[in-house]
Amino acid sequence: MIQPRILEVRTKILKKNDQLARDMRDEFVAADVLVTNLVSSPGTGKTALLRETLTRLVQAGVRAAAVVGDLETDNDAQRLAESGAPVRQIMTHGCCHLEADMIQEHLAGWNLAELDYLFIENVGNLVCPASWDLGEAVRVSLLSVTEGEDKPLKYPGLFNSSDAAVITKIDLAGPCEFDRETALENIQSVRPGMSVLETSAKTGEGIDAWIDYLQTKRAQLAAPPAEASG
Amino acid sequence: MHELSIAHSLVEIATEHVRAAGADSVRSLTLKLGALSCVHKSALEFSFELVAKNTPLEGAVLHFIDVPVVVYCPQCACEVELPGIQRFRCPQCDTPTAEIRSGRELDLQSLEIVQSDAAPA
Repeated sequence: MIQPRILEVRTKILKKNDQLARDMRDEFVAADVLVTNLVSSPGTGKTALLRETLTRLVQAGVRAAAVVGDLETDNDAQRLAESGAPVRQIMTHGCCHLEADMIQEHLAGWNLAELDYLFIENVGNLVCPASWDLGEAVRVSLLSVTEGEDKPLKYPGLFNSSDAAVITKIDLAGPCEFDRETALENIQSVRPGMSVLETSAKTGEGIDAWIDYLQTKRAQLAAPPAEASG
Repeated sequence: MHELSIAHSLVEIATEHVRAAGADSVRSLTLKLGALSCVHKSALEFSFELVAKNTPLEGAVLHFIDVPVVVYCPQCACEVELPGIQRFRCPQCDTPTAEIRSGRELDLQSLEIVQSDAAPA
C-alpha cells in the first residue's frame, strides 16, 4: 500500500552557501582582513569608486585586493588593476550574482595574512545578489544620482540587507536635479540607521570619508561591539 | 533570474532528505518565503520544474508559506508585523526600527513523500 506522509525538514535552501560563507568569514576575521561586498545596478559606478579606493589605499601603503564579477569580459579587472592592487576577474558566464564558492575559488593562492582589505565587486544587479552571503563583513549598496531617488524603495530587499549605502556620481547631482533629501529619506525608510556616504570618483569628493568608514569597520573586526544592539 | 540557482540548491537538499528517508517519490515541497527573500514564485516554479527532471523530485509541486516582515519596536517593546517592505517603522507608533525578527526566510519546510509499506533496507 502506498501512503503519502509529511517529512519535516526545516532547512535553509541556501544552507551550503551560508555555511561556506560563515567559514570564510571566520578566516577573514582571523586574518584581520576587512571584506566589503559592493552591490548596485549596472552603471552605478562600482568600478570607478573601487579603482579610486584601491589607488588611494595602495598609495598609502595599505594592502588591498579585489575580485570583480561580471557575466563576460575582464574589462573591469583591467580597469581596477590600474590602481596597482592585485585584482582577479570572476566571469560568471550568465549567472546574475556571485556565490560564496566562486569567491573561494578565486582567492586560491592569495595569502590572507598579506592583506588588509579585500573588495568584492558583485555582478551589476540590484535583486539577485541579495540572497548570497559571500563571507563579507560589510555589504554596501550603491546608487548613483543619475538613477533616481527611489531606487531604495524599488529594491528594498537589497538595501535592507546592506550595512551602508553609497550615493555615487555626486558631481552630477545638479544637472540630474537629484533630490538628496528624498534619497536619504528613502534609504532610512528601508533600513533605519544605515550609514550613508556620498562620493564622486571623478572629483574625489567624499572618498576620504568613505575610506575612513572602511578603516573604522576594519578596526571593529578585532573588537566587535559586545552588544548586538544599542 | 537567481531563482535557477535557488532551484538547484533546493533540489540538491530535498534529494538528500528523500534518499535518507527511503522515499519512492515526492508529491510536494513546502517552502517558507519571507517578504525580504527576493524570490519570484513563478520563476522559482519554472526553474524547479527544469532542475527536478530526472531526480526523485520530478513532477512534485511547490507550496509556499508567505512570511511577513516582523520587527521589534523598541518603543512599544513588542514585535510588530509590517504591512510592506519599504517602510521600517512601527505601524503603531512610527518609531524606526531595523531589528528584523522574521521575513528573510528562504527555507524548505517539509516534503510530502510517498513510500511503500516495506521499510527501506
